[in-house]
Amino acid sequence: MPLAASVRRLVPFALLLVVLASPAPAAAVASADSLRAPAPPTGLLYADVPNDAGHAMSLTWTLSPDDTGRAGVVSGYFLERATTPGGPWAIVDSVESGTRAFTDLTVQREVTYFYRVAAFGPGGTTRAGAAAGPAIGRATWFNVSRVSVLVFLLAFFLLVLYYMYMAQTGRKPFVRRLAGIDAIEEAIGRATEMGRPVLYVPGIQDIDEIQTVAGLVILESVAKMTARYDTPLRVPVSYPIPFTIAQEMVRSGHVDAGRPDAYDPESVQFVSPEQFAYVAAITGIMLRERPAAHLFVGSFYGESLMLSETGYATGAIQIAATANVHQLPFFVVACDHTLIGEEIFAASAYLSGEARLVGGLKGADMLKLVIVAVVIAGCLLETFGIHTLTVWMQTQ
Amino acid sequence: MKREIPLFLTAVIGAIVLAGFFVPHPYVSVPADYLQRCAVIVVAFGYALGGANLVQVNLEGILRRHPDWPYKLVLLAGMGVTLVFGLFVDRAKFQDPGTVSLWIYDHVYVPMNSTMFALLALFIASAAFRAFRVRSAEAALLAVSALVVMIGRVPLGDAVMAGVFDHPGLPEWMRHLRLEPLQQWIMDWPQNAAKRAILIGAAMGVMATGLRVILGIERSYLGGSD
Repeated sequence: MPLAASVRRLVPFALLLVVLASPAPAAAVASADSLRAPAPPTGLLYADVPNDAGHAMSLTWTLSPDDTGRAGVVSGYFLERATTPGGPWAIVDSVESGTRAFTDLTVQREVTYFYRVAAFGPGGTTRAGAAAGPAIGRATWFNVSRVSVLVFLLAFFLLVLYYMYMAQTGRKPFVRRLAGIDAIEEAIGRATEMGRPVLYVPGIQDIDEIQTVAGLVILESVAKMTARYDTPLRVPVSYPIPFTIAQEMVRSGHVDAGRPDAYDPESVQFVSPEQFAYVAAITGIMLRERPAAHLFVGSFYGESLMLSETGYATGAIQIAATANVHQLPFFVVACDHTLIGEEIFAASAYLSGEARLVGGLKGADMLKLVIVAVVIAGCLLETFGIHTLTVWMQTQ
Repeated sequence: MKREIPLFLTAVIGAIVLAGFFVPHPYVSVPADYLQRCAVIVVAFGYALGGANLVQVNLEGILRRHPDWPYKLVLLAGMGVTLVFGLFVDRAKFQDPGTVSLWIYDHVYVPMNSTMFALLALFIASAAFRAFRVRSAEAALLAVSALVVMIGRVPLGDAVMAGVFDHPGLPEWMRHLRLEPLQQWIMDWPQNAAKRAILIGAAMGVMATGLRVILGIERSYLGGSD
C-alpha cells in the first residue's frame, strides 16, 4: 500500500483521538456530573426534642460534598426511619438541597427508632449512610421553658389570694370609680322613665371566651336592677351555652331583686352564632322596639361599629365594655361610656362589692406593678447587652 | 349539692387544663385535650336548647299576631326549609357540590351576609365623621394623627407624597417630611405602647377571672340560689 494512502486512512482515527483527548466544554462536564448519584451526607445526629410529649425527634447531618449550592447534583435528601438497625426502612420525609436539619413529628412515644439520610439528584439516589440510633422519644413531665410563666402565675395567684384574705379580714381595698359602670344604673333608670326596654348584648363569642363569662356575670347585676325597676330586659345571645347561662343569670337577678314573678323566660333569646345574622337580629330589635339603653358587654369584632352606630341613630344611651383592642375605638366613638380592657373584668367585683372579688382586683394590680418593674429591668439589661432575663422569659 | 358539684367539676377540670400547659406528659396532656374536646358534646346539646328557644319565641309571636310576626314567619320558614333539605333531602354531605344546602348557602346566605358586611363601610364613614370633629386639644391630636396614618397608608397617599416630595425643585431637607415614616412611627410607638398596656391589663383580668372561677369565688354564673 502506498504510504500516502495509508496516512489518509489513518486521518479519521487521529482526529477522533484529538477530539477525545481535548478538554471537554463546561456544559458537558455539568451534564456528566448531574448524571451521577450524589455523594452521601454524613454525620447524622439525632436528639429527642425536649419539653414535649415524646412525639418529636430532631435530626441534623452534614451536607453531601456535592451539595455546593449550585443546581445539579443534589436535589434534596430523603430521611428514612426503621425500628431495627437492619430495616425495613420507610421514608419519613424529604427536604430540599442545602437543608441540614429536620424534626420528625411523627414519632411514637417510647418507641425505638433508627434513622438514616440519603441524598438524591438527577443522577439517582445515593446509598444511605450509616444508621443513627437508637432514638427514643420520651415524654417530659415539666416544660422547663415555661418556668417563667409558672413563676408569674404563682406570684399572681399568691397576690390575689393574699389580698382576698386581707379584704375578708376587713381591710377592703379602695376601688376607683368606674364611670361606665355607674352609668349602667342611670341608663336603666332612663329606660324605666321612658317605659322602654333595656338591650343587653353579651358579645358574639362562645363561653370559652372569658369576656363572655364576664359579660354574663355583669348581666346578673343588670337583671337585678331591671327587675327592681320593673323594666323589660332583652338579651339576644349568639351561642347556645351562653344562652342557657344568660337565662339563668336573668332569672337569678329577678330572684335576688325579690321579683321572681317578673321574670320573662323570653327576655333571653337565642339568635345565631353567625356574625351578621346576629347583627341583623339586634339592629332589628333596636329599630323596632327602640330600647332606651344599649349595653354591649363582652367580646366583639367587626359588628361592634354596626351595632353601636345603629344604636346611636336611635338615640339610646349606650355603654360598651370589651377587651378587644381593635374594637375599642369604634365603641369610644359611638357609645356614651366605654369600659376599656381590664375594666370589664373588674366590673363584677365593682358591682357586687364582695370583699373577696374586690381583693382579687388589688392582687391583679400588684402583679401589674411587678410586670412594669420586670419590663424596665429587661430594657436596662438588654441595653447593657445582658440577655439573661430575655432568654429566661422566652417560652417554647 | 346543686352548686357544689358544678363548682367541684369546674375546679378539677380547670386545674387539669391549666396543668396541661406546663406538663407535656401524656398522663396530663391527653386528659386535658380530651376534656377540651368534650365541650363539643355539651355545645351540641346546647344547640338543641337554642333551637327550641328560637321556635318557641317566634312561634308564639306568630300565633299572637305580634306586630313583627311576618319576620318571625320568614325566620321559621327559612330554618325549616334548610333543616329539611339538610337532614332529609340531600343525600350527599352538607355543602357538597350539587346539594340544595349548598345552593341555599351560595344564593341566600352569602349574598345576605355580604350585604350586611357592606354596610360597615357606611358606618365607618359616619363614625369617622363624629370622631374627627375637633372640639378639644385631645380631639385635635386624634384627628391629626388619624389623618397622617390614613394618608400614609393608602396608595393614593403614596401617589400624592411622591408627586409633592419627589419634585426636583424641592430642597433636600424637605424630602424628609414625607408622611410615610411619620405614620409608621405613630403605629410602631404610641399606638403599640397604648395597645400593649391595654392587652397586659386585659390579660391580668382574664387570669383573675379564671382564678376566681376555678376557686369557686366567682360562682354567679351557676345561678342565684341553691
